[in-house]
Amino acid sequence: MSEMNFNDAVMTTRLDAVVNWGRKNSLWPMPFGVACCAIEFMSMMASKYDLSRFGAEAMRFSPRQSDMMLVLGTITNKMAPVLRTIYAQMAEPKWVISVGVCASSGGMYRTYSTLQGIDRVIPVDVYVPGCPPRPESMIYGVMKLQEKIEKESLSMRKDHIERFYESLDRQEALQAAKGLTGQQAIREMMFDAADRGVGTIF
Amino acid sequence: MIIEHIDTQLPGTVTDRHAFRGDQTIVVAKDSFLPLVDLLYREGFQLLVDITAVDWPEREQRFDVVYHWLNLASQERLRVKVPVADGEAMLSLTGRFKTADWFEREVFDMFGVRFEGHPNLKRLLTWDDFPGHPLRKDFPLDGGDAFCMEGCTAPYNNGERG
Repeated sequence: MSEMNFNDAVMTTRLDAVVNWGRKNSLWPMPFGVACCAIEFMSMMASKYDLSRFGAEAMRFSPRQSDMMLVLGTITNKMAPVLRTIYAQMAEPKWVISVGVCASSGGMYRTYSTLQGIDRVIPVDVYVPGCPPRPESMIYGVMKLQEKIEKESLSMRKDHIERFYESLDRQEALQAAKGLTGQQAIREMMFDAADRGVGTIF
Repeated sequence: MIIEHIDTQLPGTVTDRHAFRGDQTIVVAKDSFLPLVDLLYREGFQLLVDITAVDWPEREQRFDVVYHWLNLASQERLRVKVPVADGEAMLSLTGRFKTADWFEREVFDMFGVRFEGHPNLKRLLTWDDFPGHPLRKDFPLDGGDAFCMEGCTAPYNNGERG
Protein backbone atom coordinates (compact mmCIF):
# COMPACT_ATOMS: atom_id res chain seq x y z
CA MET A 1 0.00 0.00 0.00
CA SER A 2 2.98 2.26 -0.39
CA GLU A 3 1.35 4.03 -3.33
CA MET A 4 -1.18 5.49 -0.89
CA ASN A 5 1.63 7.66 0.43
CA PHE A 6 1.86 9.47 -2.90
CA ASN A 7 -1.84 10.47 -3.01
CA ASP A 8 -2.84 11.39 -6.59
CA ALA A 9 0.70 11.79 -7.88
CA VAL A 10 1.17 8.11 -8.80
CA MET A 11 -1.25 5.68 -10.40
CA THR A 12 -0.51 1.98 -10.94
CA THR A 13 -1.73 0.14 -14.01
CA ARG A 14 -0.91 -2.79 -16.28
CA LEU A 15 1.84 -2.28 -18.85
CA ASP A 16 -0.48 -3.48 -21.65
CA ALA A 17 -3.06 -0.89 -20.74
CA VAL A 18 -0.74 2.09 -20.75
CA VAL A 19 1.14 1.04 -23.92
CA ASN A 20 -2.07 0.32 -25.78
CA TRP A 21 -3.53 3.64 -24.65
CA GLY A 22 -0.57 5.36 -26.28
CA ARG A 23 -0.76 3.27 -29.43
CA LYS A 24 -4.45 3.67 -30.06
CA ASN A 25 -4.31 7.45 -29.77
CA SER A 26 -1.33 7.96 -32.06
CA LEU A 27 -1.98 5.80 -35.11
CA TRP A 28 0.04 6.82 -38.15
CA PRO A 29 -2.01 5.94 -41.20
CA MET A 30 -0.64 4.98 -44.58
CA PRO A 31 -3.12 4.94 -47.47
CA PHE A 32 -2.74 2.05 -49.91
CA GLY A 33 -5.10 3.81 -52.30
CA VAL A 34 -5.87 2.02 -55.55
CA ALA A 35 -9.49 2.94 -56.30
CA CYS A 36 -12.43 5.19 -55.43
CA CYS A 37 -12.23 4.39 -51.69
CA ALA A 38 -9.08 6.52 -51.69
CA ILE A 39 -11.22 9.51 -52.70
CA GLU A 40 -13.41 8.98 -49.65
CA PHE A 41 -10.23 8.62 -47.61
CA MET A 42 -9.15 12.11 -48.72
CA SER A 43 -12.48 13.40 -47.49
CA MET A 44 -11.99 11.59 -44.19
CA MET A 45 -8.57 13.17 -43.68
CA ALA A 46 -9.69 16.67 -44.69
CA SER A 47 -11.18 19.31 -42.45
CA LYS A 48 -14.86 18.35 -42.59
CA TYR A 49 -14.50 14.84 -41.13
CA ASP A 50 -10.95 15.25 -39.80
CA LEU A 51 -9.41 12.01 -38.62
CA SER A 52 -6.94 13.98 -36.51
CA ARG A 53 -9.67 14.15 -33.86
CA PHE A 54 -8.77 10.50 -33.24
CA GLY A 55 -5.03 11.07 -33.08
CA ALA A 56 -4.35 9.73 -36.57
CA GLU A 57 -3.46 12.84 -38.53
CA ALA A 58 0.22 12.10 -39.15
CA MET A 59 -0.28 10.59 -42.57
CA ARG A 60 2.79 8.96 -44.08
CA PHE A 61 3.26 7.63 -47.59
CA SER A 62 6.10 5.36 -46.58
CA PRO A 63 5.40 2.01 -44.92
CA ARG A 64 8.52 2.49 -42.79
CA GLN A 65 6.95 5.38 -40.91
CA SER A 66 3.41 4.15 -40.46
CA ASP A 67 1.56 1.66 -38.30
CA MET A 68 -1.97 1.61 -39.72
CA MET A 69 -2.37 0.62 -43.35
CA LEU A 70 -5.69 1.41 -44.99
CA VAL A 71 -6.19 -0.73 -48.08
CA LEU A 72 -8.47 1.42 -50.20
CA GLY A 73 -9.76 -0.34 -53.26
CA THR A 74 -9.57 -3.33 -55.57
CA ILE A 75 -6.44 -5.44 -55.20
CA THR A 76 -5.64 -7.58 -58.23
CA ASN A 77 -3.87 -10.91 -58.06
CA LYS A 78 -0.89 -9.27 -59.71
CA MET A 79 -0.78 -6.70 -56.91
CA ALA A 80 -0.89 -9.29 -54.11
CA PRO A 81 2.90 -9.75 -53.72
CA VAL A 82 3.33 -5.96 -53.63
CA LEU A 83 0.76 -5.67 -50.86
CA ARG A 84 2.56 -8.35 -48.87
CA THR A 85 5.90 -6.57 -49.28
CA ILE A 86 4.45 -3.23 -48.22
CA TYR A 87 2.85 -4.79 -45.16
CA ALA A 88 6.12 -6.51 -44.25
CA GLN A 89 7.98 -3.20 -44.52
CA MET A 90 5.75 -1.41 -42.02
CA ALA A 91 7.18 -0.66 -38.59
CA GLU A 92 5.76 -2.72 -35.73
CA PRO A 93 3.25 -2.60 -34.19
CA LYS A 94 1.08 -2.54 -37.30
CA TRP A 95 -2.58 -2.86 -38.11
CA VAL A 96 -4.58 -3.15 -41.33
CA ILE A 97 -8.01 -1.77 -42.13
CA SER A 98 -9.62 -3.20 -45.23
CA VAL A 99 -11.77 -0.39 -46.61
CA GLY A 100 -14.62 -1.17 -48.99
CA VAL A 101 -16.02 -4.41 -50.34
CA CYS A 102 -13.35 -4.85 -53.02
CA ALA A 103 -10.51 -5.06 -50.54
CA SER A 104 -12.61 -7.10 -48.10
CA SER A 105 -14.01 -9.75 -50.44
CA GLY A 106 -13.39 -8.81 -54.06
CA GLY A 107 -16.78 -7.12 -54.07
CA MET A 108 -18.50 -7.04 -57.42
CA TYR A 109 -15.31 -8.15 -59.19
CA ARG A 110 -15.74 -11.91 -59.10
CA THR A 111 -13.30 -12.27 -61.97
CA TYR A 112 -10.04 -13.91 -62.91
CA SER A 113 -7.98 -10.84 -62.11
CA THR A 114 -9.23 -9.74 -58.69
CA LEU A 115 -7.98 -10.99 -55.35
CA GLN A 116 -11.09 -12.16 -53.48
CA GLY A 117 -10.27 -10.38 -50.24
CA ILE A 118 -6.90 -9.14 -49.02
CA ASP A 119 -7.27 -11.29 -45.90
CA ARG A 120 -6.05 -14.17 -48.08
CA VAL A 121 -2.56 -12.68 -48.21
CA ILE A 122 -2.19 -10.30 -45.23
CA PRO A 123 -3.79 -10.21 -41.76
CA VAL A 124 -6.69 -7.74 -41.52
CA ASP A 125 -7.91 -6.19 -38.27
CA VAL A 126 -11.02 -4.26 -39.28
CA TYR A 127 -13.27 -4.54 -42.34
CA VAL A 128 -15.26 -1.50 -43.42
CA PRO A 129 -18.11 -2.38 -45.81
CA GLY A 130 -19.43 -0.01 -48.46
CA CYS A 131 -18.84 0.79 -52.10
CA PRO A 132 -17.21 3.12 -51.30
CA PRO A 133 -17.89 3.58 -47.58
CA ARG A 134 -18.73 7.09 -46.42
CA PRO A 135 -16.08 8.90 -44.36
CA GLU A 136 -18.19 8.27 -41.25
CA SER A 137 -17.99 4.52 -41.86
CA MET A 138 -14.21 4.69 -42.17
CA ILE A 139 -13.98 6.73 -38.99
CA TYR A 140 -16.16 4.12 -37.28
CA GLY A 141 -13.71 1.51 -38.56
CA VAL A 142 -10.80 3.43 -37.03
CA MET A 143 -12.75 3.67 -33.73
CA LYS A 144 -13.34 -0.09 -33.83
CA LEU A 145 -9.61 -0.56 -34.35
CA GLN A 146 -8.94 1.66 -31.35
CA GLU A 147 -11.24 -0.54 -29.27
CA LYS A 148 -9.38 -3.58 -30.51
CA ILE A 149 -5.98 -2.12 -29.72
CA GLU A 150 -7.16 -1.21 -26.22
CA LYS A 151 -8.04 -4.84 -25.48
CA GLU A 152 -5.18 -6.72 -27.10
CA SER A 153 -2.22 -8.14 -25.22
CA LEU A 154 1.24 -7.14 -26.39
CA SER A 155 2.58 -10.71 -26.68
CA MET A 156 -0.36 -11.94 -28.74
CA ARG A 157 0.07 -9.12 -31.23
CA LYS A 158 3.67 -10.20 -31.66
CA ASP A 159 2.74 -13.84 -32.47
CA HIS A 160 0.21 -12.65 -35.01
CA ILE A 161 2.84 -10.66 -36.93
CA GLU A 162 5.43 -13.44 -36.57
CA ARG A 163 3.07 -15.80 -38.39
CA PHE A 164 2.96 -13.42 -41.32
CA TYR A 165 6.76 -13.12 -41.46
CA GLU A 166 7.01 -16.88 -41.44
CA SER A 167 4.67 -17.07 -44.46
CA LEU A 168 6.76 -14.43 -46.23
CA ASP A 169 9.88 -16.54 -45.64
CA ARG A 170 8.04 -19.52 -47.12
CA GLN A 171 7.08 -17.43 -50.15
CA GLU A 172 10.66 -16.25 -50.68
CA ALA A 173 12.02 -19.78 -50.26
CA LEU A 174 9.50 -21.02 -52.82
CA GLN A 175 10.47 -18.27 -55.25
CA ALA A 176 14.18 -19.03 -54.86
CA ALA A 177 13.80 -22.81 -55.02
CA LYS A 178 11.60 -22.96 -58.12
CA GLY A 179 12.52 -19.66 -59.77
CA LEU A 180 8.96 -18.36 -59.47
CA THR A 181 7.63 -14.83 -59.51
CA GLY A 182 5.70 -13.49 -56.53
CA GLN A 183 2.36 -14.14 -58.20
CA GLN A 184 3.30 -17.72 -59.02
CA ALA A 185 4.53 -18.40 -55.48
CA ILE A 186 1.38 -16.95 -53.91
CA ARG A 187 -0.75 -18.98 -56.30
CA GLU A 188 1.05 -22.18 -55.23
CA MET A 189 0.60 -21.24 -51.58
CA MET A 190 -3.11 -20.68 -52.25
CA PHE A 191 -3.37 -24.18 -53.72
CA ASP A 192 -1.62 -25.62 -50.65
CA ALA A 193 -3.92 -23.67 -48.34
CA ALA A 194 -6.98 -24.90 -50.26
CA ASP A 195 -5.76 -28.49 -49.88
CA ARG A 196 -5.51 -27.94 -46.13
CA GLY A 197 -8.99 -26.41 -46.17
CA VAL A 198 -7.99 -22.87 -45.17
CA GLY A 199 -8.50 -19.64 -47.06
CA THR A 200 -5.36 -17.78 -46.03
CA ILE A 201 -1.68 -18.27 -46.79
CA PHE A 202 -0.22 -16.90 -43.55
CA MET B 1 -12.82 8.05 -99.54
CA ILE B 2 -9.77 6.13 -98.46
CA ILE B 3 -11.59 2.86 -99.14
CA GLU B 4 -12.16 3.82 -102.78
CA HIS B 5 -8.50 4.74 -102.99
CA ILE B 6 -7.53 1.32 -101.64
CA ASP B 7 -9.82 -0.30 -104.23
CA THR B 8 -8.01 1.45 -107.07
CA GLN B 9 -4.49 1.02 -105.69
CA LEU B 10 -4.79 -2.51 -104.34
CA PRO B 11 -7.75 -4.08 -106.14
CA GLY B 12 -9.22 -7.14 -104.50
CA THR B 13 -7.76 -6.41 -101.07
CA VAL B 14 -10.97 -5.43 -99.32
CA THR B 15 -13.12 -8.51 -98.82
CA ASP B 16 -15.90 -6.82 -96.86
CA ARG B 17 -16.78 -3.28 -95.80
CA HIS B 18 -19.32 -1.17 -94.04
CA ALA B 19 -19.64 2.43 -93.03
CA PHE B 20 -22.10 3.95 -90.62
CA ARG B 21 -21.95 7.67 -89.83
CA GLY B 22 -18.26 7.88 -90.55
CA ASP B 23 -16.97 4.70 -88.93
CA GLN B 24 -15.39 3.12 -91.96
CA THR B 25 -14.61 -0.55 -91.56
CA ILE B 26 -12.90 -2.89 -93.97
CA VAL B 27 -12.09 -6.57 -93.70
CA VAL B 28 -8.90 -7.80 -95.34
CA ALA B 29 -7.12 -11.13 -95.55
CA LYS B 30 -3.85 -11.63 -93.69
CA ASP B 31 -1.83 -12.01 -96.90
CA SER B 32 -2.74 -8.57 -98.22
CA PHE B 33 -2.38 -6.85 -94.83
CA LEU B 34 1.19 -5.50 -94.99
CA PRO B 35 0.87 -3.86 -98.44
CA LEU B 36 -2.34 -2.27 -97.18
CA VAL B 37 -0.59 -0.89 -94.08
CA ASP B 38 2.13 0.63 -96.24
CA LEU B 39 -0.47 2.24 -98.49
CA LEU B 40 -2.37 3.63 -95.48
CA TYR B 41 0.84 5.08 -94.07
CA ARG B 42 1.59 6.83 -97.35
CA GLU B 43 -1.94 8.21 -97.42
CA GLY B 44 -1.53 9.78 -93.98
CA PHE B 45 -3.01 7.15 -91.68
CA GLN B 46 0.05 7.34 -89.43
CA LEU B 47 -1.46 7.16 -85.95
CA LEU B 48 -2.23 3.59 -84.90
CA VAL B 49 -4.83 4.23 -82.23
CA ASP B 50 -5.51 0.72 -81.03
CA ILE B 51 -5.17 -2.97 -81.73
CA THR B 52 -7.71 -5.31 -80.24
CA ALA B 53 -9.43 -8.55 -81.15
CA VAL B 54 -12.84 -10.20 -81.15
CA ASP B 55 -13.46 -13.87 -80.42
CA TRP B 56 -16.03 -15.68 -82.58
CA PRO B 57 -15.91 -19.27 -81.23
CA GLU B 58 -18.32 -20.63 -83.85
CA ARG B 59 -16.32 -19.33 -86.81
CA GLU B 60 -13.60 -21.29 -88.55
CA GLN B 61 -11.31 -18.27 -88.50
CA ARG B 62 -11.95 -17.70 -84.85
CA PHE B 63 -10.50 -14.25 -84.21
CA ASP B 64 -10.85 -10.84 -85.79
CA VAL B 65 -7.76 -8.76 -85.06
CA VAL B 66 -9.00 -5.17 -85.20
CA TYR B 67 -6.80 -2.16 -86.03
CA HIS B 68 -7.83 1.45 -85.69
CA TRP B 69 -6.04 4.15 -87.62
CA LEU B 70 -6.38 7.93 -87.52
CA ASN B 71 -5.32 10.26 -90.28
CA LEU B 72 -4.13 13.33 -88.40
CA ALA B 73 -4.27 15.61 -91.46
CA SER B 74 -7.82 14.80 -92.57
CA GLN B 75 -9.14 13.52 -89.20
CA GLU B 76 -10.38 10.42 -91.02
CA ARG B 77 -10.57 7.17 -89.11
CA LEU B 78 -10.34 3.66 -90.47
CA ARG B 79 -10.99 0.31 -88.84
CA VAL B 80 -9.32 -2.74 -90.38
CA LYS B 81 -10.34 -6.25 -89.38
CA VAL B 82 -8.17 -9.26 -90.16
CA PRO B 83 -9.62 -12.72 -89.50
CA VAL B 84 -7.17 -15.32 -88.19
CA ALA B 85 -7.69 -18.92 -87.10
CA ASP B 86 -6.96 -20.24 -83.62
CA GLY B 87 -3.22 -20.95 -83.43
CA GLU B 88 -2.47 -18.96 -86.58
CA ALA B 89 0.06 -16.17 -86.10
CA MET B 90 -0.82 -12.62 -87.12
CA LEU B 91 1.82 -10.34 -88.65
CA SER B 92 3.43 -7.92 -86.22
CA LEU B 93 3.43 -4.19 -86.91
CA THR B 94 6.19 -3.42 -84.39
CA GLY B 95 8.64 -2.60 -87.20
CA ARG B 96 6.27 0.05 -88.57
CA PHE B 97 4.58 1.41 -85.44
CA LYS B 98 6.34 1.55 -82.05
CA THR B 99 2.97 1.64 -80.31
CA ALA B 100 2.08 -1.77 -81.73
CA ASP B 101 4.46 -3.40 -79.23
CA TRP B 102 2.23 -3.25 -76.15
CA PHE B 103 -1.03 -3.47 -78.12
CA GLU B 104 0.07 -6.77 -79.59
CA ARG B 105 1.26 -8.04 -76.23
CA GLU B 106 -2.16 -7.22 -74.80
CA VAL B 107 -3.96 -9.03 -77.62
CA PHE B 108 -1.67 -12.02 -77.10
CA ASP B 109 -2.34 -11.95 -73.36
CA MET B 110 -6.11 -11.61 -73.60
CA PHE B 111 -6.84 -13.74 -76.70
CA GLY B 112 -3.78 -15.93 -77.32
CA VAL B 113 -3.23 -14.61 -80.83
CA ARG B 114 0.50 -14.75 -81.59
CA PHE B 115 2.26 -12.05 -83.62
CA GLU B 116 4.98 -13.09 -86.02
CA GLY B 117 8.03 -10.84 -85.78
CA HIS B 118 7.25 -9.34 -82.38
CA PRO B 119 10.52 -8.78 -80.46
CA ASN B 120 9.15 -9.54 -76.98
CA LEU B 121 5.81 -11.33 -77.08
CA LYS B 122 5.17 -11.78 -73.35
CA ARG B 123 1.98 -11.33 -71.38
CA LEU B 124 1.34 -7.67 -70.65
CA LEU B 125 -1.45 -7.53 -68.06
CA THR B 126 -1.61 -10.91 -66.33
CA TRP B 127 1.36 -12.73 -64.84
CA ASP B 128 3.62 -15.18 -66.65
CA ASP B 129 2.01 -18.52 -65.78
CA PHE B 130 -1.58 -17.29 -66.00
CA PRO B 131 -3.78 -20.20 -67.11
CA GLY B 132 -5.55 -19.46 -70.40
CA HIS B 133 -6.52 -16.25 -72.14
CA PRO B 134 -9.25 -14.37 -70.27
CA LEU B 135 -11.10 -12.60 -73.08
CA ARG B 136 -11.79 -15.79 -75.03
CA LYS B 137 -15.47 -16.60 -74.87
CA ASP B 138 -14.83 -20.08 -73.43
CA PHE B 139 -12.81 -18.74 -70.51
CA PRO B 140 -14.74 -19.16 -67.24
CA LEU B 141 -15.84 -15.76 -65.93
CA ASP B 142 -14.44 -16.30 -62.45
CA GLY B 143 -11.16 -17.69 -63.78
CA GLY B 144 -11.89 -21.05 -62.14
CA ASP B 145 -8.65 -20.74 -60.25
CA ALA B 146 -7.80 -21.17 -56.59
CA PHE B 147 -5.74 -17.99 -56.69
CA CYS B 148 -8.91 -15.96 -56.82
CA MET B 149 -11.68 -18.34 -55.75
CA GLU B 150 -12.54 -20.42 -52.69
CA GLY B 151 -11.10 -23.89 -52.77
CA CYS B 152 -10.15 -25.66 -55.98
CA THR B 153 -13.65 -26.26 -57.28
CA ALA B 154 -13.15 -25.60 -60.98
CA PRO B 155 -9.53 -25.39 -62.07
CA TYR B 156 -9.05 -24.27 -65.63
CA ASN B 157 -7.12 -26.32 -68.23
CA ASN B 158 -9.50 -29.33 -68.25
CA GLY B 159 -9.11 -30.13 -64.58
CA GLU B 160 -5.32 -29.82 -64.63
CA ARG B 161 -3.73 -27.10 -62.60
CA GLY B 162 -1.91 -25.05 -65.20
